[in-house]
Amino acid sequence: MKRKLVLVGNGMAGVRCIEEILKLDREAFEITIFGSEPHPNYNRILLSKVLQGDTRLDDITLNSWEWYEQNGIRLLAGETVTDIDHEERLVRTDRGRVVEYDELILATGSNPFILPVPGADLPGVTAFRDIQDCERMIEYAKTYKKAAVIGGGLLGLEAARGLLNLGMDVDVIHIFDYLMERQLDPTASKLLQRELEKQGMNFLLRKETAELFGNGRVEGVRFKDGTSIAADLVVMAVGIRPNVDLARRSGIEVNRGIVVNDYLETSVPHIYAVGECAEHRGVVYGLVAPLYEQGKVLAEAICGRKGKPYEGSVVSTQLKVSGVDVFSAGEFMDSEGTESIKLYDEARSVYKKVVVREGKIVGAVLFGDTSEGRKLFDMIQRGDSLEALSLSLLAPASAGGKGSLVAAMADTDVVCGCNGVTKGAICRAIAEHGLKTVAEVRDCTNASRSCGGCKGLVAELLEYMLGAEASSYTMKETVCGCTDLSREEVIAAIKEKQLMTVKEVMNVLGWKNEEGCSKCRPALNYYLGMLYPGEYNEEAESLFVNERLHANIQADGTYSVVPRMYGGVTTAEQLRKIADVAEKYNVPMIKLTGGQRIDLLGVKKEDLPRIWADLGMPSGYAYAKALRTVKTCVGKQFCRFGTQDSTGLGIRMEQTFERLKTPHKVKMAVSACPRNCAESGIKDVGIVGVEGGWEIYVGGNGGTHLRAADLLCTVKTEEEVIEMTGAFLQYYRESAHYLERTSKWVERVGLEHIREVLFDVETRRALLERLHKALSATKDPWREIVENERLQQTLFLDIGDKEPVPVK
Amino acid sequence: MMRVEVGTIEQLPKRLGKCVRIGALELALFRTHDDRVYAVENRCPHRGGDLSQGIVSGEYVFCPLHDWKICLRDGQAQAPDEGCVKTYRVAVEDGCVYVEL
Repeated sequence: MKRKLVLVGNGMAGVRCIEEILKLDREAFEITIFGSEPHPNYNRILLSKVLQGDTRLDDITLNSWEWYEQNGIRLLAGETVTDIDHEERLVRTDRGRVVEYDELILATGSNPFILPVPGADLPGVTAFRDIQDCERMIEYAKTYKKAAVIGGGLLGLEAARGLLNLGMDVDVIHIFDYLMERQLDPTASKLLQRELEKQGMNFLLRKETAELFGNGRVEGVRFKDGTSIAADLVVMAVGIRPNVDLARRSGIEVNRGIVVNDYLETSVPHIYAVGECAEHRGVVYGLVAPLYEQGKVLAEAICGRKGKPYEGSVVSTQLKVSGVDVFSAGEFMDSEGTESIKLYDEARSVYKKVVVREGKIVGAVLFGDTSEGRKLFDMIQRGDSLEALSLSLLAPASAGGKGSLVAAMADTDVVCGCNGVTKGAICRAIAEHGLKTVAEVRDCTNASRSCGGCKGLVAELLEYMLGAEASSYTMKETVCGCTDLSREEVIAAIKEKQLMTVKEVMNVLGWKNEEGCSKCRPALNYYLGMLYPGEYNEEAESLFVNERLHANIQADGTYSVVPRMYGGVTTAEQLRKIADVAEKYNVPMIKLTGGQRIDLLGVKKEDLPRIWADLGMPSGYAYAKALRTVKTCVGKQFCRFGTQDSTGLGIRMEQTFERLKTPHKVKMAVSACPRNCAESGIKDVGIVGVEGGWEIYVGGNGGTHLRAADLLCTVKTEEEVIEMTGAFLQYYRESAHYLERTSKWVERVGLEHIREVLFDVETRRALLERLHKALSATKDPWREIVENERLQQTLFLDIGDKEPVPVK
Repeated sequence: MMRVEVGTIEQLPKRLGKCVRIGALELALFRTHDDRVYAVENRCPHRGGDLSQGIVSGEYVFCPLHDWKICLRDGQAQAPDEGCVKTYRVAVEDGCVYVEL
């Protein structure tokens, strides 16, 4: 029989704990949840966003009614548990209901602290704690103009911002000298104040409230110094108190909160407490991250899988006010025994401080640029030494440095602090489940589900993981006018539905134009070939003429023949053969190409197979979206400056990668020294020999899109050059759009992203595996045609010349 | 009017054009996926491209030189391009293909 589990409190901490329990063992418990509010579990943290108008109330629901139903949970919302009988193990409610339990979790949360001053009960005075408070403020803002917020902490400032957005004039009253004193040092606080004043808030500091006055409803606030202000709405945001009444009444040990041990057990067996109502090692937490950590530990314990105990949390804070970036964590104040590193850019209003104690990073405050917040928070939690703090972390954020932030994070670094979701977990989820949007990541991993502060980071991670896919997902570039689908969607569908032919793709994916066009047909042909190496047979009728006939069509309808000449190195015998063929077929022009080979121009279509047969040389693929040439300089064998054997490596590269189909043509070069006689700097892949190694450049272009290549990396051996080049080519094959040159592709997906992919040993190995599969499936097309009469007939021969024969 | 036998239907692969010369005249013959056969003058109105080597989609061919889209039925270049190639009536009887000149 199932054990009975009762949860008192339908809030974020308690319900999260239930979710964790369901993950561990769906069948263990019959679950009942009591909640005083008449709502399913919602995201309390986002109330300030609702008030600010960024989010709608509907959007902050965390668990819908259906969720409870689907998980067989009995939810008794709007019903309050009034006492616990732990002898009989049952709870009673304000509606006279009695429910038995085997295990009981108290997650009663906290209550807003209402100042015990006269007038605190006047209409127009509210806390800022739940949906009702939120709705009340929105309602008030419709009629009244002047609002006062008592409390210059996190919650108070968020409420004030919301009221500004609702069109009210807002005074913020704070008892201390400076705002958010529990999270910020004076410098950051003053910057914050300046910024919020700019946004329109008015601050009354060092003001202690004596009473709220008004006739029938609140009309103003009077302070202990005798001064007063007018106010139609007063929001009390001075703090929260753990809600311990029920526990105290029931004889459970209570201090400030309900006292729990490292497994969240209270003083009474089978009763646990979690969340804001619990006091652990003397600390009551009011932020969501620790509550979730507690929920996880409790879930394990309650399911009989006691694992790691809960040992307390370091907390970090972020203020959710648009236009203001504040972050603080750990020990952020200077005190005895601490030193701090500070960066203060007054002009840009950027302030960063890292606090160090005994050589270890123990706290940080950031204002104006909080992009390193998460990274610092991880360092604080790990107790990293000062050396781990790279100076760039504190340097002003540069325009180009944005993308590298997520790249620089370790897999164990936490992206979503609220839910403790690491970069590694998100990356795995993206890869395994093919996630494409922040919402999908949220639903799958919980990242960004609570305060939403890490949404930007999650988005960056998506972009970083998906590279090409992410950006085109947002841009939505369709394959061509025949479909509304993007390249990524088409490829995903091909994979998912195992589509094997161009026609199948078009039929299944609802192509608007039954037979496609000259753009999508070759593109689909390429994608299918890339996805099914060795299995997919190219469809001649879907190829552009050059690739169908393995020769370049010329303006006059003749073709050109460029045989392979590895590394631009030839022999007397090859030259003789080429000369003979040129003579035999009356080739009108013999020309040297820019890629160091010989071009026979003006060849008739029907002569092509014969010329190829006579040459007996492999195709140079001068017509194809494939590896064209590997241009080389003389190299150290002859050149007095050469540091490396560039021709040797060039030949080897050409032999390794020849016949490889790519989204667009690929040109390579190998130079033996930085004088770069092979022009490696403007090639798709350019290699430059240096003393003791090779530099690998990528994304160069000497054509339409003139672009200097980027240095990908420097390696020591030829093997490494081949390996890195291979991985680069395969990644290009897999992620570029058809007809996108590497120069454009590198710019679109970002060099850093490409590096991340290629430098990961596992990913590289997998890329190379797929590359070799593709390479091993290739054959020399010239020879294939020479040996196949039917192909010659179908593709190269016209219907014999006809004399007109008159008919009746 | 002349009716010229230009070959058999077997000589025309589906969706791959074939060139046939009749005296000085050069025709591009096309057999669509649903076995309709079209004949047009084998000269793109743009730069004289070899239409027989273009990609065929339904009753259109894309010129291999500069991707003009030509209708095989009426010879019209599709917008935004302008121009026209001459078209010829085709008959298929007993597997033989005839063009009316």
